[in-house]
Amino acid sequence: MGILSHKKPKSIVSFRGFGLVTGLCLFILYVPMMVLVFFSFNANRAVTVWGGFSFQWYVKAASNSGLQNAALNSLTVAVIATTLATAIATAAALATGRGQRFRGAQSFYMLVNLPLMLPEIIIAVGTLSFFALAGMQLSLVTIVIAHTVFCIPFAYLPIRSRLETMDGRLEEAAADLYASPFEAFRYVTMPLLMPGIVAGAMLAFVVSLDDFIITAMVAGAGSGTLPVYVYTQLKQGVTPEINAISTVLLAVSVVLVSASYFVSQAGSKTVRTSV
Amino acid sequence: MSFIPAKLETTPRRSVGTQPTRNAMKFLQAKLLVLPAVLVIGIFLVVPLLIIVTYSFLEPATFGGVVWTFSTEAYTQFLFERDIFDDTLAFNTSYLQIFSRSVFLAVTATVISLIIGFPTAYFIATRSEKQKNILIFLITLPFWTNLLIRTYCVLLILRDDGIVNSIAIGLNIYDTPVTYLYNNFAMGAGLVYSYLPFMILPLYANLERMDKRVIEAAYDLYATPLRVFTHVILPHARSGIIGGCLLVFIPSLGTYLVPDMLGGGGKLLIGNLIAMQFGMSRNWPFGAALAVILLAAILVVLMVAAGRIRASRAALEGH
Repeated sequence: MGILSHKKPKSIVSFRGFGLVTGLCLFILYVPMMVLVFFSFNANRAVTVWGGFSFQWYVKAASNSGLQNAALNSLTVAVIATTLATAIATAAALATGRGQRFRGAQSFYMLVNLPLMLPEIIIAVGTLSFFALAGMQLSLVTIVIAHTVFCIPFAYLPIRSRLETMDGRLEEAAADLYASPFEAFRYVTMPLLMPGIVAGAMLAFVVSLDDFIITAMVAGAGSGTLPVYVYTQLKQGVTPEINAISTVLLAVSVVLVSASYFVSQAGSKTVRTSV
Repeated sequence: MSFIPAKLETTPRRSVGTQPTRNAMKFLQAKLLVLPAVLVIGIFLVVPLLIIVTYSFLEPATFGGVVWTFSTEAYTQFLFERDIFDDTLAFNTSYLQIFSRSVFLAVTATVISLIIGFPTAYFIATRSEKQKNILIFLITLPFWTNLLIRTYCVLLILRDDGIVNSIAIGLNIYDTPVTYLYNNFAMGAGLVYSYLPFMILPLYANLERMDKRVIEAAYDLYATPLRVFTHVILPHARSGIIGGCLLVFIPSLGTYLVPDMLGGGGKLLIGNLIAMQFGMSRNWPFGAALAVILLAAILVVLMVAAGRIRASRAALEGH
């Protein structure tokens, strides 16, 4: 890896060995995942004994009805929760970034980020108790509600940071050119904000797709999502099929996060060149 | 876009909206726009927290749920065991042990993450713009991937027939598999693996902003590299270090998956103890009390950290 080696003139601010630690760090982060991906193509029944290349576990997973049901649940929940959370977060970001200043903005900021600050297990048991007290049947609905809550900050942050890097003068210019407040918003603010919204939505989607403990607590019978399904299967024993399912889930996250990253990168370039 | 977790961005930047901008945006009624977020988070997160506090002072119902009678039994249970025959209390350390094991593991994971994370964050912060972007992207990617699956990856590696044992036996380092799983080591490894990016990101954000000329100045004044590190870089990175430590410590303390998958049945941590009370054990008030105790512990840590950050800021500005 070229990035990690000091080739050219050694900068005075570098420390010897720090590049090595960085390499070690990336090794720690990526090797376990690579092992998983590698063994998902294993022809052998034994999970960690290599027996040749094969797609059979992917084929087997794809035709598993329990898995299909869980995948459908995951998608349904993620799509609805992402939509709700992104809409709520966009409104909130506009209010704090562009709207009139209001009292309590500081406490509002803390409230929006609250789901990030609490250990998941506390959110999980709290939400469960709430639904029990409210007499709500545990179902996909309760999962959607729980997911919407913890997805809000993940959608809010990219949108908010995008708003901060946007040049407010563009909106002023629109107003100078006789755009009504609504037109300025519709034709200037929104299009410029779009990359932030898309990036935020993708992250919310990934976070919803990944959650295990909160979902497991508030899922009723038959409404488990993919991670809950994988967990239940793991409890019965590790199989190569789980490797295949996990690899697919991993790939979905990687693709979405990369896409989110590039969308927001490309977006910030447009802002820079358009000014 | 900022991939840095929100928890460190302590204060929002003040809205820079000048008068004309605000006029253009005046139809955006701030209060109306924040209302959905306030309602959703208020009802479905703040209210549940209040319910948990309330539940911790009630009595358990037989099949889960609570009986609405005031009781401090749940908290008593944390420290004492009530004799079922004569109702006397005997001091019982088993829950205290679980709690201190959780704290011990969370602290260990935090320290190890700091030792690996600091040089990494510093190295990345001193790269060129393009390299920085790539490296930070690589560090953030695992942060967004499924925690359950990443914990499972650790399981795959540490199993008796896992990759570590296979390689070691293949290389004749030892010939019978060593058990790495189901102990404190496996849990510590799982925690470090899960939360390492949380340490690096705030440190990077902090070190990236540092004026590197200060380091050059220190060298010009004949400081040794070690002295530059301890007297220039570390004090500067103080708030980043505290931020990173919090981000690793808090989720580590409440972890459920790591002890559940890598700790085996015998090594409980506070996170799965709470989950157990709401599941199999069906003692909701006790589970709620444990959650309140965990929350209180975190609040104390947060308050101490906030004090430290304020002190270090003041010290930096004072110089």
